Amino acid sequence: MENTDWIIMGAKVALIVLVLLQVVPMMVWIERRGSALMQNRLGPNRVGPLGLFQSLADVVKFIAKEDMVPDHVNKFYFWMAPAVVLIPAFMTLAVVPFAGDIEILGRLVHMQVADLNVGVLYIFSIASLGVYGIIMAGWSSNNKYSLLGSLRSSAQMISYELSMGLSIIGIVMVFGSVNLREIVIGQGAELLPYIPKWGIFIQPVGFIIFLASVYAETNRLPFDLPEGESEIVAGYHLEYGSMKFALFFMAEYINMVTASALLTSLFFGGYLLLPGMGYLVAPISSIITKIIEVPNPLEWARIILEMVSFTLKVSFFMWLFVWVRWTLPRFRYDQLMDLGWKVFLPLSLGNIVVTGVLIYYKVI
Amino acid sequence: MLVEKKPGFLHKFYLIEIITGLLITMRNMLFAKKVTIQYPEERRHYSNRYRGLHYIKAVNGVENCTACMLCPTVCPAECIHIEAGERDDKEKYPVTFEIDIMRCCYCGFCEEACPKDAIKLSNIYEMAQYHREQGIYDKAALVVQRGEK
Repeated sequence: MENTDWIIMGAKVALIVLVLLQVVPMMVWIERRGSALMQNRLGPNRVGPLGLFQSLADVVKFIAKEDMVPDHVNKFYFWMAPAVVLIPAFMTLAVVPFAGDIEILGRLVHMQVADLNVGVLYIFSIASLGVYGIIMAGWSSNNKYSLLGSLRSSAQMISYELSMGLSIIGIVMVFGSVNLREIVIGQGAELLPYIPKWGIFIQPVGFIIFLASVYAETNRLPFDLPEGESEIVAGYHLEYGSMKFALFFMAEYINMVTASALLTSLFFGGYLLLPGMGYLVAPISSIITKIIEVPNPLEWARIILEMVSFTLKVSFFMWLFVWVRWTLPRFRYDQLMDLGWKVFLPLSLGNIVVTGVLIYYKVI
Repeated sequence: MLVEKKPGFLHKFYLIEIITGLLITMRNMLFAKKVTIQYPEERRHYSNRYRGLHYIKAVNGVENCTACMLCPTVCPAECIHIEAGERDDKEKYPVTFEIDIMRCCYCGFCEEACPKDAIKLSNIYEMAQYHREQGIYDKAALVVQRGEK
């Protein structure tokens, strides 16, 4: 690779990592304010405008707090677990395209960190690594509640990963690729007049299964049994404090971002422009030409709008995570397992069969 | 009588119920009146019978108290400490009158027992202090008229 390639690659990595790091405090604030408003409270509104700096103050608190390591833990795994949870969380977003292609300095740049031909499989394999960190945390804590939490988490992740993987096979069959960029481009086609070929329109059942499974995968309510405050105190991160706890917290939110980005890319046309945004390309390109001289302002305007629409779609799903969390109560453990094995698994298998038939008769 | 509700076919999917629930939380979030009282700026309204910080009623700068010792006697928390003395006109009066507001349970018995309408409980409920000594209110602090009772 030449220098320019390295610079472009570095810029993309920096963008993704910085965005992920910024999303966490933002989401904590949104979650706290949103939950408060839903419960007829106001939430944190004192630090900074609308309480926006509350998360900043929390970060200072997390760093300044005493980093306690209890005597009875297995120190090695206790220290390793937060990193093992966090690193896969950061890695997964690498293959998600956040905008279309653009020509910079004579080379075609894909707006995604790594254009892997096994995109979706990569995400699943890396995302499932996170469970090792949770098991490490639970086991090394040498605490029965932590161990229970991590056992629940691993059982839950394994049972839901199955239906999650099967639910998107329909999408993969329709678009004939596991490369996320190609899936997104495929969704740009027209299904019916004015209706794009988004995953939600051709795979509604797959979408519902995937959505629910993603909630179970990220350990969010209504499937947050690994934490289960009322039953097992706090689950796997019970013995953790200060920055080590913050790492678990960050990993949870970053997993939410990845899940939202995946939902967007697979079912809502990824970075494709939202309806009506096409009219904005020309005005924005004229603004760009006023500010800076670029050879292809129209393309740049398109890229910017694609990033905006991708962000909007992802934000909607992030909000849905919060929204659902403060609406639904937690499942009981047997209900969770029932739902995973007896409902979602057969449903996703049936979905594959039906999709196959529909593809054979060229309906989709 | 046991009423059996038969859930319909759609009910079994939970999806419609979940969407209804989501709409309810959204409605609550956007339109419901928020119950939070933003404390330093907004205050809860308490009735006049609220029992807060004590004061000794004084007329023309002279406290009504005659040091009859009824309030320290009735006080269940034993937080009132009075030393009686004699004025030039042979009237009994409290030389020291101390209330340890950290021991006080704000029962209002002292107010009830007082024959001279001297000790009163005001509406003030902010009594935080930085040092323990500040929690003991002496006579000078108690004579400040904190209410209309």
